[in-house]
Amino acid sequence: MTQSLNARNVVVVLVITGLALLPLYSSISGNIFVLTLFTRIVIFALAAVSLNLIMGYGGMMSFGHAAYLGIGGYAVGILAFEGIGSGFIQWPVALLASALFALVIGSLSLRTRGVYFIMITLAFAQMAYYIASGLARYGGDDGLTIYKRSDFGGLVNLSNRVQFYYVCLGCLFAGIYLVWRIVNSRFGLVVQGVRSNEQRMQAIGFHANRYRLVCFVIAGTMCGLAGALLATNTDFVSPSIMYWTRSGDLMVMVILGGMGSLFGPVIGTIVFLVLEESLSQITEFWALIMGPLLLLIVLFGRGGIDGWLGRLRRG
Amino acid sequence: MLLLVEQLLNGLQFGLLLFLLAAGLTLVFGIMDFVNLAHGSLYMMGAYFASTFAAWTGSFIIGVALALGATLLLGIVLEFVALRHLYGRDHLDHVLATFGLILFFNDAVRLIWGPAGLALPLPTWLTVPVQIVPGLFYPSYRLAIIVVSLFVAAMLYLVVMRTRIGMLIRAGASNREMIGALGINIKLLFTLVFGLGAALAGLAGLMQAPILTVQIGMGENILILAFVIIVIGGIGSIRGAFLAAIFVGMIDTLGRAYAPDLLRHILSPAAASTAAPALSSMLIYLLMAIVLVVRPEGLFPASKR
Repeated sequence: MTQSLNARNVVVVLVITGLALLPLYSSISGNIFVLTLFTRIVIFALAAVSLNLIMGYGGMMSFGHAAYLGIGGYAVGILAFEGIGSGFIQWPVALLASALFALVIGSLSLRTRGVYFIMITLAFAQMAYYIASGLARYGGDDGLTIYKRSDFGGLVNLSNRVQFYYVCLGCLFAGIYLVWRIVNSRFGLVVQGVRSNEQRMQAIGFHANRYRLVCFVIAGTMCGLAGALLATNTDFVSPSIMYWTRSGDLMVMVILGGMGSLFGPVIGTIVFLVLEESLSQITEFWALIMGPLLLLIVLFGRGGIDGWLGRLRRG
Repeated sequence: MLLLVEQLLNGLQFGLLLFLLAAGLTLVFGIMDFVNLAHGSLYMMGAYFASTFAAWTGSFIIGVALALGATLLLGIVLEFVALRHLYGRDHLDHVLATFGLILFFNDAVRLIWGPAGLALPLPTWLTVPVQIVPGLFYPSYRLAIIVVSLFVAAMLYLVVMRTRIGMLIRAGASNREMIGALGINIKLLFTLVFGLGAALAGLAGLMQAPILTVQIGMGENILILAFVIIVIGGIGSIRGAFLAAIFVGMIDTLGRAYAPDLLRHILSPAAASTAAPALSSMLIYLLMAIVLVVRPEGLFPASKR
């Protein structure tokens, strides 16, 4: 593949380099805040990348994606609360629980289409939200503090800020790589084929819903990992982590960056969270600017940032 | 027994309130194929307008009337300035744009009215309890909500089913392109329906205001309930929305009233008191999931494409 020097590739390379070198900048300048902010950004980017897999490539508009954040987070939180501190148990359980949840709600939700799918995924996420609020033993509405971060033996120390950042970044890059491999595989092509014309794919002989479901489960599992990271990052997990507005945020990040582009969601997440952070420093009423901005982006900016970059080709 | 009657009335009252909210949503959804997450913001604005105007004029009734007009106007302006450019776009664009509007409205309210909630005090003649059957006193205000909502629902039914404009609305819900092709000014119809939906949402918000406090974000939880209702009822169907709203209102109210006692049989009291509200909220979503699994188009689908 020849490297074409267009605006999109330049931005992608810049972002990757920037993310990789960020701890260096942080330690030289002594600016710890930027590292904290970007740890959060990288984690949300992983969630957005996973949502993009089903939304952008699979055409499944899930409005309940934040549920996996909660499930991953609660898996880590509950196990830590019960005295099982090993990350080698906590994290696989988080992934497995998310996968199982995705399998159950996916096999029910995929019977519906269009806006009904949006609504049924929302309903399941709200159910998960209320279940978490009902867990009296684990804090109910008030949430659960995680007193000790997952223990990975001598392998990696999650309590170290820089090490944790690189763990998150590694997960993000692995996630992007996985999506890239999936999208370009036979499986991924079938999923994209189902998105553009389901009946035709059925007629050729593909079991459309089975492919969709597998895709849905993969995305849910990835987002569960993001949930485990998010809970570790804040040392806390509460039901609000999977409130429906959080799912809305994730959707915004994906659409802002550009649906169905490999790197778009990462850029969308960075722009969304940096904007939120910097606007909230200028004024307490940051959403007063953010809200109309979103409206304008929808009205005039089709294809998100990635689509805009794509139109900026040389020549 | 009396408690049950009272709870049933509460359920009916909440259900009717939900119907007012869901009716506007289902019309906008059914006719314009537009997902309006900001519907809950209009509900909130109705409550804020009412408590402001009531405080200015010193009269509950005048305040309510002014607030209704204001939400109607707000809805029309909103449709005219922003939302009409989004018809025919992807549902996802609707979700994103109106999500932005929610953010905007929440902060606009915080800027104008401040972060603390407002109250909408009732006139004295609405605060006396009424004896409906011997031994059962029921708050007259809740009774007033039931009467007003039933009246509005009946009017809505008459307008939609018995008038020319209602015929156009129904025709729009089952086939948009066709009535446009028949020479109906569909843009005007859309604006009108959106304004009507906004006014209904505002009415629901201001009627709920004296029971709960008027606060930021009050529209968000109830918006999701309204969505659940229109999905259960079938998008675009007023009748479906009505039945589903009563049903959801009953489940929510009775669940809250009786779930703690039922759960106490199987859980410890402390655990039961935490789990019960969660359980009754969950029941509604469970109902919706079941309906969608069994009938993926809702109970009374309006449009068959």
